[in-house]
Amino acid sequence: MVKKYIAVIDYNAGNIKSVSNAFARLGANIEVTNNPKIISNSSAIILPGVGSFGDAVKNLEAFRLVDILKKEIKSKPFLGICLGLQLLFEHSSEQGFYEGLGIFKGEIQKIPSEGVKIPHMGWNQISLEKPHSRLFKDMGNFVNFYFVHSYHVVCRENEIISSTTDYGIKITASVEKDNIFAVQFHPEKSSMAGMKVLQNFLEFVNI
Amino acid sequence: MITKRIIPCLDVNKGRVVKGVSFVNLQDAGDPVELAAYYDREGADEIVFLDITASHEKRKTVVELASKTAEKVFIPYTIGGGINNIEDMREILKKGADKISINTSAVENPDLIRKGAGIFGSQCIVVAIDAKKKDDNSWEVYTHGGRNATGLDVLEWSREVERLGAGEILLTSMDKDGKKDGYDIELTKTVTSGVNIPVIASGGAGNLEHLKDAILMGGADAVLVASIFHYGQYTIKQAKEYLRSEGIEVRL
Repeated sequence: MVKKYIAVIDYNAGNIKSVSNAFARLGANIEVTNNPKIISNSSAIILPGVGSFGDAVKNLEAFRLVDILKKEIKSKPFLGICLGLQLLFEHSSEQGFYEGLGIFKGEIQKIPSEGVKIPHMGWNQISLEKPHSRLFKDMGNFVNFYFVHSYHVVCRENEIISSTTDYGIKITASVEKDNIFAVQFHPEKSSMAGMKVLQNFLEFVNI
Repeated sequence: MITKRIIPCLDVNKGRVVKGVSFVNLQDAGDPVELAAYYDREGADEIVFLDITASHEKRKTVVELASKTAEKVFIPYTIGGGINNIEDMREILKKGADKISINTSAVENPDLIRKGAGIFGSQCIVVAIDAKKKDDNSWEVYTHGGRNATGLDVLEWSREVERLGAGEILLTSMDKDGKKDGYDIELTKTVTSGVNIPVIASGGAGNLEHLKDAILMGGADAVLVASIFHYGQYTIKQAKEYLRSEGIEVRL
């Protein structure tokens, strides 16, 4: 039987190395790839990403990953990180107008700068909105995670929001629906708390 | 609320920590990666490496440091020291580093800030400023590890690096550095109230009250520390518990 693995999508969007190192530390079998065949044969998908939304969309298109991601995200465990969360939504107004994958309803907007510094960078507490979130299983409330972003998702499906954080306004810190998980913060840079989140995802994947 | 950060700084030469750390029970306390991993476990919020290697091997050692750290350290880390071009920045960030700190190269070539921020994002570009007090209650920017006066005013240069796209300022008081009698609060306050990007206060920490003063009186978003942790005077947990008891939001 072929060995099972998790596909980490490599589309020239930064932080791939940190994400794959964190999963390697947890003993996960990882394939860093942009090959559609390897992606469709995977047991789960991780979509990392830092940088601008428009560049990320252009890269996904250049690697011909848009259609396969739209299809695969619906059928197997998926974890989006930072830009990987934002890309799940309909569109972004970052440096133009770009369409995302449209899995969820909502759009990406600049964080209002009244009274706060942009980017939102550093450790911030999350408030759990779903008491039974699988991603935050066995974790307390108000745990700190490391955030780096200037844009945030305005989510139009309240029921998928699993946690929020406060940065001048209430910001969606994570979403969760069926097999789809995504976080605005960086678990791979959030020390023990981040590792716990990744571990919880691995338990859900269960390979 | 976003928390105030405590950031241990490690000076590295040819892959080894300068002024080795004596107190911790590590297999190799001169290994910067082992030490950084130790500080991650202890609750440090970030790590700054200052690579002072001065040889043709420099590029290789810095990239190697970035890469090895990424395997064992799961908090953000910054690498600085003599980095002066976009390609080296790209290589170091690709290996897993989160931020690049530039100092002399930013003064000599301010466009490096703009280009770096444009390509990698402002959050990746930290400008380190070494400041020395002048007679008239202003501060002058120094480069080359504090050897060269530039004639630049610290506040004006801080505003300029913000305008060029720097995501953060690492502000070191040369007058206070190594003296352990507290950060330069006036300097810190001058810069934090003059820019709208985070400022890391550096130089002069001798006890925990100094950290509090830099944050509450100086307005610093983070404090850089070296000897008070390296020599076991305090643990990071003690520092954070103290700051929290003073009403400062920290990650514990």
